[in-house]
Amino acid sequence: MKKIDENCENDRFYQGFKGKTWKEEINVSDFIDSNYKEYRGDDSFLAGKSKKTAKVWAKCEKLLALERKKHLLDVDTVNMSGINSFPAGYIDKANEVIVGLQTDKPLKRIVNPYGGLRMVHNALAAYNRTLDPAAEKVFSSMMRKTHNDGVFDAYTPNIRKARSAGLITGLPDAYGRGRIIGDYRRVALYGIDRLIEEKQKDLLSDELLDIDCEEDIRIREEVSEQIRALGKIKEMAKTYGYDISKPACNAKEAFQWTYFAYLASVKENNGAAMSLGRVSTFLDIYIERDMANGILDEEGAQELVDQFTIKLRLVRHLRTPEYDEIFGGDPTWVTESIGGMLNEKKSLVTKNSFRFLHSLINLDPSPEPNLTVLWSTRLPINFKKYCAKISILTDSIQYESDDVMSPIYGHDYAIACCVSAMKVGKQMQFFGARCNLAKSLLYSINEGKDEKSGKQVVDGIEKMTDSVLNYEKVKKSYFKTLDIVAKTYVDALNIIHFMHDKYAYEAGQMALHDTFVERLMAFGMAGLSVATDSMSAIKYAKVKPIRNEDGIATDFEIEGEFPKYGNDDDRVDKIAVEIVQHFISTLKKHKLYRGAKHTLSALTITSNVMYGKKTGTTPDGRKAGEPFAPGANPMHGRDCSGALASLNSVAKIPYCDCCQDGISNTFSIIPNALGHDMISRVKNLVGILDGYFVQGAQHINVNVLDREKLIDAMNHPDKYPTLTIRVSGYAVNFNKLSRAHQEEVIARTFHNRIGC
Amino acid sequence: MVIFMDEIKGKIRSFESMGLVDGPGIRFVVFMQGCELRCLYCHNPDTWNKDFFSEEISPKNLIKKINRFKPYFGTEGGVTFSGGEPLLQPKFLIECLRLCKKNNIHTAIDTAGVGFGNYDEILSLTDLVILDIKAVKEDEYKFITGQSMKRFNIFLDACQRLGTKLWLRQVIVPGINDDKQHMIALRDYIKTIKNVEKVELLPYKTIGVTKYKALKLPYRLEGVSDMDEKKCKELEKFLLDGLGFNN
Repeated sequence: MKKIDENCENDRFYQGFKGKTWKEEINVSDFIDSNYKEYRGDDSFLAGKSKKTAKVWAKCEKLLALERKKHLLDVDTVNMSGINSFPAGYIDKANEVIVGLQTDKPLKRIVNPYGGLRMVHNALAAYNRTLDPAAEKVFSSMMRKTHNDGVFDAYTPNIRKARSAGLITGLPDAYGRGRIIGDYRRVALYGIDRLIEEKQKDLLSDELLDIDCEEDIRIREEVSEQIRALGKIKEMAKTYGYDISKPACNAKEAFQWTYFAYLASVKENNGAAMSLGRVSTFLDIYIERDMANGILDEEGAQELVDQFTIKLRLVRHLRTPEYDEIFGGDPTWVTESIGGMLNEKKSLVTKNSFRFLHSLINLDPSPEPNLTVLWSTRLPINFKKYCAKISILTDSIQYESDDVMSPIYGHDYAIACCVSAMKVGKQMQFFGARCNLAKSLLYSINEGKDEKSGKQVVDGIEKMTDSVLNYEKVKKSYFKTLDIVAKTYVDALNIIHFMHDKYAYEAGQMALHDTFVERLMAFGMAGLSVATDSMSAIKYAKVKPIRNEDGIATDFEIEGEFPKYGNDDDRVDKIAVEIVQHFISTLKKHKLYRGAKHTLSALTITSNVMYGKKTGTTPDGRKAGEPFAPGANPMHGRDCSGALASLNSVAKIPYCDCCQDGISNTFSIIPNALGHDMISRVKNLVGILDGYFVQGAQHINVNVLDREKLIDAMNHPDKYPTLTIRVSGYAVNFNKLSRAHQEEVIARTFHNRIGC
Repeated sequence: MVIFMDEIKGKIRSFESMGLVDGPGIRFVVFMQGCELRCLYCHNPDTWNKDFFSEEISPKNLIKKINRFKPYFGTEGGVTFSGGEPLLQPKFLIECLRLCKKNNIHTAIDTAGVGFGNYDEILSLTDLVILDIKAVKEDEYKFITGQSMKRFNIFLDACQRLGTKLWLRQVIVPGINDDKQHMIALRDYIKTIKNVEKVELLPYKTIGVTKYKALKLPYRLEGVSDMDEKKCKELEKFLLDGLGFNN
């Protein structure tokens, strides 16, 4: 092997950088550890937006306003998705410091036919557009079939029934699975040529030359596709006048190279969540070097961050109306993970951690990129305070516990989508949407029949005729239902990801992973609080089912009080824990495609509204059609003992080995309840976050706002063009939510001082 | 002895696990049932009657509950006994405060200073008293609360004797005390008090009206609007300047 540090050519790129391991192998994490400079100071060093940034952003604001009105600004109906399928595009070429758009124009969306052509037609039809006939013909002749075709060829009758009943939905069988994070930093640190070289070496390694099963053949095919994709990324950059075959040699190039790598992924794929990873501290190393060399000042550094951020804010995908119902507000989850600890004492906070958050001030609040602070009680206090301040000012940040995740994922992991942790470049996820826990409970009372359609969806559930529901009996039947549902769920995900790999493989993103990657299969739950409170009602109150002529319980009479999840009351909180533990353990009984590991999340995005719509009246008193609470949140208005009691309940849901794909909690508090002035609000928010996370909680979205403001925004959207709120693992522009989603957000508990 | 303590139960209206404006830091607030004052602007008339719907809890169980929130308290936070009037249940209060101190929890009581005595013992276990000064003149005090200032004075004397730290508060109501004259009188009154750490004016809010309707009680400030927050801040500044405070 040619020693890299003997290569004088590389001196230009790596001059001033310490460490050896990262030069010998692809290892960005080692590069960061060896070179980053922790920053423990405050925010006083930050700069405002540059003139160039102001000009570019002003143009974008106009386009964004237009898009908010029309929902879809433009779509390329001629060129199909691909890393290098589109001509170069600009917003304002003279003032753009970082370049590159998905298509030839900002906010012009891509048609991705690999997931399924029907979805493309549906999405276009919603905006009175059609696919260019010549393009469709070319695509149809090239492609034997799509991911969607493949999935439906293999789906079992049980899966189809569960899917149409709303028992298991939101599955990535008609859109890209996403939740894969390429290690985009690798392109900046190594250049494309070195990455191709390493992949070629892998192809010739003993492990890949020894072929004795289908998987061995497949991996050879995939690595070859990855190599081709890397070549395409290089070609794409060339259309913008950049040669990225070699490493970046300054901060501007490091941002640009990293962005090209990310851009390639969103040109090639339309995954639900196309997350960025963890780039800020990596990029800070280049900024520090340039500053030491006197070629960059603070304004220049902030300009790079802001212009990079602008590009991330413009990422779009073409979606169907059905998709918008599950994931409201047109999210893209360009999640960037910031902060976290290197070890017990030293944090990974750099000045760039501040700069990324500061973009929310320079460019106004925005849902994207989905800025995620990896919180540790040991983070530098100045950084904690700055995060809290930005949260209070913008409602655009989420927090996740580094103390809970780093023992599992090490210190170079990132969040995909909302709450899904994975080691950058070493792990990928098979995204699996979610299963309706509340509906499953109704099935256990209704002999496996759907409470809305009356159809038999789950077989083998005994008939229940009790006039008052018996807790032990219902619990037994419920857990049995979950066992059966789990098998159907596993089958569905195995089929989906087999077909996704086959027909819509993410070659560009997987090229930025190690060749031998660890796979996580992420199952999900919706309606945890509804199921929990229902079980609590059955246990502690008297619940009488009111059955229709077919014997299906369509309503419930509840006599007496019962403890509700969200009040730090163990009697009920333990029920939630038990349900979650049972569900993951029954999922784990089934083998997964490609040796993936089972993970589970309590996260709904905005699908809690849709799940509620599809679910009948539940024994907790929730009426048919009413929304569920999002994620792991207590039901709206039932957490009556103050915000911290609500947080304590959620903190009891175990993460490690149980809900290891994340436990989402969205928390809204009115400004005056948080403190009388900014200083006390910041201090109090830091205290809340420390107190919550120290108990082993994983995630929290923080909104500091008044309900009245949201109601006003719902009725007068023009008054609040940038009103951003955290919803469920992500943030949205409030005006982009449907009325039903807006109403659900307004109905959520806003913690004040009065309780309920 | 332990058995005897367990027999004391407190009448509690409700709990707030996240009190952020009830003393320093993040605090668990215990709203105790019962109050003998009938303040014109009271927004918690449901706490007046000691036997009105309330939860009974033993000091031991209350501390168990409070301990769940210790992770949030940090170096400043703790528990605040509020109400209603916490001083009306002295035995229970003393036992709770004792247990808090045993568990290393900062204690505050938010009070109008109208209780049944045992003040020396109570205050020896209290880190901070948040004292509501309804008015500084006997006639105005009686007009607002329906009672004489005597009992308040006894409590304040005890605080002064024991050197208790004080935060003073006053609710400002349009047309009643929202003028400079009242602020000057308040300033002169406060100047005579020792150990004052903080002084705050709270703008009157009509938020309690619905509770009166629900309880079928007459609302005596009918027609009085919310106190303008900006004006309240200005009065506060005037008062603090006069006291030489910069909050």
